[in-house]
Amino acid sequence: MSGAKAEIEIIERNCKGCSICVEFCPTKVLAMDAFVVKVENADACIACMQCELRCPDFAIKVHKL
Amino acid sequence: MAYDYESHIRPGKLPHIWCPGCGHGIVMKGMIRAFDACGLKKENTAIVSGIGCASRMNGYMDYNTLHTAHGRAAAFATGVKMAKPEMDVIVVGGDGDGTAIGGNHFIHACRRNINMTYIILNNMIYGMTGGQFSPCTPTGDKASTTVYGNPDPTFDIAKLAIGAGATFVARGTAFHAAQIDKLIAEGIKHNGLAVIEILDDCPTTYGRRNKFRSVVDMMKRLKDIAVPVAAAAKMTPEQLEGKVLTGILHKEERPEYTEQYAQVISRAKGA
Repeated sequence: MSGAKAEIEIIERNCKGCSICVEFCPTKVLAMDAFVVKVENADACIACMQCELRCPDFAIKVHKL
Repeated sequence: MAYDYESHIRPGKLPHIWCPGCGHGIVMKGMIRAFDACGLKKENTAIVSGIGCASRMNGYMDYNTLHTAHGRAAAFATGVKMAKPEMDVIVVGGDGDGTAIGGNHFIHACRRNINMTYIILNNMIYGMTGGQFSPCTPTGDKASTTVYGNPDPTFDIAKLAIGAGATFVARGTAFHAAQIDKLIAEGIKHNGLAVIEILDDCPTTYGRRNKFRSVVDMMKRLKDIAVPVAAAAKMTPEQLEGKVLTGILHKEERPEYTEQYAQVISRAKGA
């Protein structure tokens, strides 16, 4: 049973690897994989939307569950 | 469902041209949410910009857009609004475009109190042209043309706008992303010239010359220097040293320019 409150979709084509989302995620859901962000700890997502709001590159979509 | 930003953006335009970590994309998203919140229609909205990184936003937004000469966005936008007062006119530009090269147009748009929304993305430098210092580059900081430190005092865009007569002035930051759309929406609803300054980061031409090791460091700086107006009221001048106020800084009601001009037209017709 997953505790995730949302599903995070990464649009890799748009990601430029700035890592703003990784740094400011309050529950450390995201991590860098070389130059692209990846979802590392999906279950910890609390659907706060901060990564989607702060992504300058339209590369993150948070689908609330 | 995730937020639908894509329906506001011209097809095939993503990824955009802005550098990794540049906050302009964050502001563009805030602008899109504000447009939705205010119910702006594509066919009835004109976005006018000058030249610069921020002004590139016009290439992405799927609206009526006018990409004009450097600094002249406010002048072109005034023309659009005078010809079609029923349109929602949004001006987008940077600090160099708006307050240096276009400083004159900016202050006179404020003075006239014409019903437009002027969004200034203040990244404190001329990014696109190679990192020259702008009127908003902090004193002492380095730019490609002030390699030994900038001796100039810095423009406070909000105070400049208030002094020139703007009737709605607000400030946010790219870090405080959830606030951006609310400030812009308030500005759009305001009947008169609304200036919304968003403090932004330029990691490429400003950050690397000024000891910011990463994009994240620049975002943390925005987080640290911003103080909401309500909180600032309880702070001492010493505590506010080096801080900038965010939120709605000024709001007043004053006759709007296109409405005044309509009266001039009716007087000229002898009505």
